[in-house]
Amino acid sequence: MRDVAVIGIGCTPFGEHWGSSFRDLFIQAGALALEDAGLSGEQIDALYVGNMSAGRFIEQEHIGALIADYSGMATRHIPATRVEAACASGGLSFRQAVIAVASGMEDVVVAAGVEKMTDVGTGASVDMLAGAADREWEGFVGATFPGLYAMIATDYMHRYPLTREQLAMVAVKNHFNGARNPIAQFRQEITVETVLRSPLVADPLRLFDCSPITDGAAAVVVAPLERAREFTDRFVRVRASAQASDTISLHDRADISRLDASVAAGRWALSDAGLSHRDIDLVEVHDCFTIAEICAIEDLGFCRKGEAGRLTEEGVTALDGDLPVNTSGGLKACGHPVGATGIKQICEVVQQLRGEAGKRQVPDAEIGMTHNVGGTGATVAVHILEVV
Amino acid sequence: MVGILTYGVYIPRYRIKVQEIARVWGGNAEDITGGLGVYEKSVPDMDEDTATIAVEAARHALARRKVDPEEIGAVYVGSESHPYAVKPTACTVGEAIGATPHMTAADFEFACKAGTAAIQTCMGLVQSGIVPIGLAIGSDVAQGAPGDALEYTAAAGGAAFLIGNNDPIAVIHRTCSFTTDTPDFWRREGQDYPRHGGRFTGDPGYFRHVQGAAKILLSQVGTSPGDYTYAVFHQPNAKFPRRVAQLLGFSDAQIRPGLVVSRLGNTYSGSSMVGLAATLDVASAGDRIFVTSFGSGAGSDSFDIQVTDAIESPDLFRRAAAPTVEELLKDPVYLDYAQYAIHKGKIVMQR
Amino acid sequence: MSVARFWRKIPQRYNLIGTRCETCGTYFFPPRSFCPACRREGKIVEHRFQGRGKVVTYTVIRSASEQFERLTPYILAIVQLDEGPRFTAQVVAEPGEIQIGTQVRSVFRRIGADGESGVIHYGTKFVPVR
Repeated sequence: MRDVAVIGIGCTPFGEHWGSSFRDLFIQAGALALEDAGLSGEQIDALYVGNMSAGRFIEQEHIGALIADYSGMATRHIPATRVEAACASGGLSFRQAVIAVASGMEDVVVAAGVEKMTDVGTGASVDMLAGAADREWEGFVGATFPGLYAMIATDYMHRYPLTREQLAMVAVKNHFNGARNPIAQFRQEITVETVLRSPLVADPLRLFDCSPITDGAAAVVVAPLERAREFTDRFVRVRASAQASDTISLHDRADISRLDASVAAGRWALSDAGLSHRDIDLVEVHDCFTIAEICAIEDLGFCRKGEAGRLTEEGVTALDGDLPVNTSGGLKACGHPVGATGIKQICEVVQQLRGEAGKRQVPDAEIGMTHNVGGTGATVAVHILEVV
Repeated sequence: MVGILTYGVYIPRYRIKVQEIARVWGGNAEDITGGLGVYEKSVPDMDEDTATIAVEAARHALARRKVDPEEIGAVYVGSESHPYAVKPTACTVGEAIGATPHMTAADFEFACKAGTAAIQTCMGLVQSGIVPIGLAIGSDVAQGAPGDALEYTAAAGGAAFLIGNNDPIAVIHRTCSFTTDTPDFWRREGQDYPRHGGRFTGDPGYFRHVQGAAKILLSQVGTSPGDYTYAVFHQPNAKFPRRVAQLLGFSDAQIRPGLVVSRLGNTYSGSSMVGLAATLDVASAGDRIFVTSFGSGAGSDSFDIQVTDAIESPDLFRRAAAPTVEELLKDPVYLDYAQYAIHKGKIVMQR
Repeated sequence: MSVARFWRKIPQRYNLIGTRCETCGTYFFPPRSFCPACRREGKIVEHRFQGRGKVVTYTVIRSASEQFERLTPYILAIVQLDEGPRFTAQVVAEPGEIQIGTQVRSVFRRIGADGESGVIHYGTKFVPVR
């Protein structure tokens, strides 16, 4: 098994892009990534793309081929594969690329993620996103995605000392960070009041507890570490890649407030890397809802169950805290084009490790972690990247 | 002897007061409640319909008596508001109570007497030995056109009766009917709301047929009103059953337990059957009950029923295992007219 | 949901017909035909659940997909049946009536329909035991 490096990154702005189609978005991200890596395209050996639901959002399947074609790769006939795990599609796309390179099967591989969500109405979007959960036994009886996470929140707040204000602070922090991220969908800072005054979506979650509907794409280029310098000197090393699964429906979980796939993937990633939690300088977690960030911090092992609310309130997870969480603005403020998020997380950590994160720079960032979740926790991908 | 093995009722929790409907249409509440003798009516929840009501009533009946659902050989549901014009409510009920597939089924329509017609059919199948047990249900989510007089009383509810031979809690000695072609109240295919002949629904409709059937039955059985403990008549409002009782020679006291329309409204196919259930809720062994339904179109079915010891034998029948009519009428949740209109689908949403 | 897909699960939706692994004694609702613990050694049989249970967690859904928009606000809960399994269902009650631990029983309700002219989907919801 070879060591793998990320040699280039690219991310479109995240938001409602009425003028951009699905193809426009990934071409844009792909071009940015290639440019960043100093590649012209002939060097790409394989392509992975994470996408949750093009079949429903734009009635298009066969995404791997589509992307290869419109990236100008079809004429070179490289293998192009679509990877799907709901909101973890991007994280899995990255992992597949890492495995391809680590195994020696491929050398230079693009891992992309893309989602075009605004070509359908909001109501239809909500229904499509419910496909990340169990359609037969959750969606069919009226469960919505926010509804499922709201049930996690109800259970969590019944058992642990998390206040409604602390939960709101997660969104406040992420908006603060998003305001400093040029590609973020939402660039305005908010207050706890903003969150608590926003309309209820599924009790206790309000509009500002929920990540938005977003169009966007992101791409990274990976290569064997031993060859990285051929392309760039701004590369970082993939220290660990882990992935775990759990029951598809929330009602089948061992513990409603604990995402065991996060626990497993987090533990495997750290142990494969030979690192402890203290070594992690920053982490991008999957805050599809504020409660998801709370659970993520705990389930990844950064603190005990029930403590993440207090840590948030105390500023430990703030940009200038001991463990900055979601410096990109997270899913909440940066936006959540479902398939792209996992790759965007990699882009953010790479920027941080390179010292190129501008106003959101974490000083002396050397090791960063990403955490990408599918559904209510049925799939989790965790990656650890480090400065070389 | 053929009779009722067990029975069950279901009434939705929601109500709207006659006074609230009057407020919206500019009617005088006192005149209306005074004229009809009805104060409020039941309203289905947004996810209830004739089928869900029928299933709940049937399940309540089965909760009260140990019946092997596979012995139920016939299921008939009478209603004016079947959820499908084609695809029987009876099949859904049969499936939901575990009676499928060895059963016959069909849906009945005969305005408010579809349920009692189902009882008669079950009696025939049981008495002839074709099926061991039959299930007859009258269930409706009745509709009245906005602003029409019927809107004050068109209610939602249903009752289920299991008919069989073995240890009935009430024997049905006899049944007979009086039926003619009388257009007193009708609904054409494809129309949302029924129409009616106003005052024509009275004497040529209700009174002619109820008295017609009642008199035939009394003469066939050789009884007079005084021989009965209780009487139940179809109750489109509180006035008609009181008046017909008086005309036939039944007393107010006899009809009182079965007269629930004031607080429930007219549950159409459920009306007489819920009235009978309310009566059985308080009846004792030996009580004799006279029942006459009425369905527009028009016809009436009469029944001579006698309660047996079985109703008081806990190893055969436990009334407390399911809610009584009084219990279902208790603790209602009141709606205003706008909420009621949404519940009843009277507001046309984007198609 | 297509006609066949809905029809296939009618016994489950109407009558809470689930399964039980006779090998380890675990109950499954929604039903599983393959026991996660026993795998190929698991002997799976049908089991009809009584429909009594308690609320494990819940939410009030105020913004729903088109199918369910008319019903909002409605309560969605994870109910734990007395026999053990947990599953997701609507609870018909006023928002204030439900808490974690509230005892509930099953009722037969209309879940939805395939539009104005399509098949009606009936199924099980719960009400608090009053």
